[in-house]
Amino acid sequence: MLRFMLIRILQAIPVIFVVITATFFLVRSAPGGPFDQEKVVIPEVKKALEAQYKLDLPLHEQYFAYLGDLAQGDLGPSFKYPGRSVNEILFSGLPVTAELGFYALLIALCIGVTAGVFASLRPNTAQDYIPMSLAMIGICMPSFLLGPLLVLVFGIYLDWLPITGWGDIPGDKILPSITLGSAYAAYIARLSRAGMLEILSQDYIRTARAKGLPEWQVVTRHALRGGLIPVIAFLGPAFAGLLAGSFVVETIFQIPGLGRFYVQAAFNRDYTMILGTTVFLSTLIVFFNLVSDITAAWLNPRLRAQFKGGS
Amino acid sequence: MTTDVSIVLTDAEQGSSLWHDAWIRLSKNKMAVGGGAILLTFIVVALLTPWIAPYSYEAQNLDLGASPPSAAHWLGTDIFGRDVLTQIMYGGRVSLAVGFIATGVALIIGVTWGAVAGYVGGRVDAIMMRLVDILYALPFMIFIVLLMVVFGRNVLLLFLAIGAVEWLTMARIMRSQVQSLRQQEFVEAAVSLGLSPITIIRRHVVPNALGPIIVYTTLTIPSVMLLEAFLSFLGLGIQPPQTSWGLLISYGAETMEEYPWLLIFPGLALTITLFSLNFLGDGLRDALDVRGSKD
Repeated sequence: MLRFMLIRILQAIPVIFVVITATFFLVRSAPGGPFDQEKVVIPEVKKALEAQYKLDLPLHEQYFAYLGDLAQGDLGPSFKYPGRSVNEILFSGLPVTAELGFYALLIALCIGVTAGVFASLRPNTAQDYIPMSLAMIGICMPSFLLGPLLVLVFGIYLDWLPITGWGDIPGDKILPSITLGSAYAAYIARLSRAGMLEILSQDYIRTARAKGLPEWQVVTRHALRGGLIPVIAFLGPAFAGLLAGSFVVETIFQIPGLGRFYVQAAFNRDYTMILGTTVFLSTLIVFFNLVSDITAAWLNPRLRAQFKGGS
Repeated sequence: MTTDVSIVLTDAEQGSSLWHDAWIRLSKNKMAVGGGAILLTFIVVALLTPWIAPYSYEAQNLDLGASPPSAAHWLGTDIFGRDVLTQIMYGGRVSLAVGFIATGVALIIGVTWGAVAGYVGGRVDAIMMRLVDILYALPFMIFIVLLMVVFGRNVLLLFLAIGAVEWLTMARIMRSQVQSLRQQEFVEAAVSLGLSPITIIRRHVVPNALGPIIVYTTLTIPSVMLLEAFLSFLGLGIQPPQTSWGLLISYGAETMEEYPWLLIFPGLALTITLFSLNFLGDGLRDALDVRGSKD
């Protein structure tokens, strides 16, 4: 197990390095410098600005300087908002996005696992078809459509819930969390149904039933652990998806989180901000993939054995 | 002589019976057939749009403004008095084109990569698949946003960027197929006949690995279309004067309070298409009896 973890961690390091390098050179190769604006900047001022942001150095020196700053956890100053560092902006948005993602994932897990397990207990009956059809709708209904529709129905027509903001009015966290979580609830429902169906046909479940355990104990004590491995393995990619989804949801509901900052930075061409956010989000995603992989392996003895065996 | 010919024919029929069986299984699956039919209709409409659209793409009617569905404009008009049905038809051309072309790019790269890695094996395989592993771990959604920002928002780049993301799973599926096929007698026979590796892959390996590839391709198209719509919604994908379903949904969301039909109809078009593709993909998976390709 330790070896498996070590291998995965060692694999993650080059990935993060590739991300940093690729992002850096992509952003630097973008046409037009950050200070090439419509209004003419006095050459001396421009020079001073470029020196301040180290843009006057040769590219490879800029790169190593950036790596050096990164190693100290410094993502540099923002081009667009002078006087504010990328770190400051990121950490003001992080708690909001983390909270939104947490609620969304909680909704997705509660609804998804319940629906999936429920469906798997009576396959090919109404108890299976109804939640699975809903799951299909959830998968085909993108968040950028579901969000506005929810706003229209619950925010405007019924006037039950606030439609913008985060933590300003009670209840304003409900719609964004549902919007972000629903597609993942649908995926998780499908995954847990498939996983449970496979486990429920195994011999050891028959043994558990044969020794006279009540069905709910068979499910909770024996089947769930194996049946939910696919769900755990999905959480890593789901995390990446949730972050990307937060771009849309935070834009729709005007939530001051990381996703909205990233989209704004993209529109403002705030290159240090884009660079910093990309590196930060990518590292987060790689980290969560790692955690979800290791957890899935820890739950699945067969996968563990495979890694002990070789390769 | 005539009997010989008939025997050859029966053999040929039996040779294709796998596909024949799959076709029969698929045609019994109502959801898959329905999905396929809707999809085919949408594709035909998209191809014929310049001739059958009720209004021209540029036609505006500023006096009319936004109007709800009526006899003259079945799905209503937008704030510039443009016909919504016409907009959706032209938007569908772009959305479907992105879906199919980007998936095509992914298909070509992924199948080639996976076939080579699986067929050559050994160290080449290890290096090629390790690269796939590394790319897999990259947060591509963020990278595509980055690419669109850095290189401007053009459609060609969108095709390439999305295609470049989606080929990875294709490569993995193809590789595992090729690995299992490589040990089969008919491939060994082809090798002993002295055929070149390229011919063997093209003539003997790829056709036998088609099932999973077809299934996965069908399921990749909706995810690609979603990605395009996602980017267009954020304003980072398709740019005016071109339009796509994602862009129409984005405009519709801005004015949905007053003109909900501007959001609902493009949303329906996208959702129905995604539904159809997913049902068709699921149906194909069952029909071709492909397992474990859904990850």
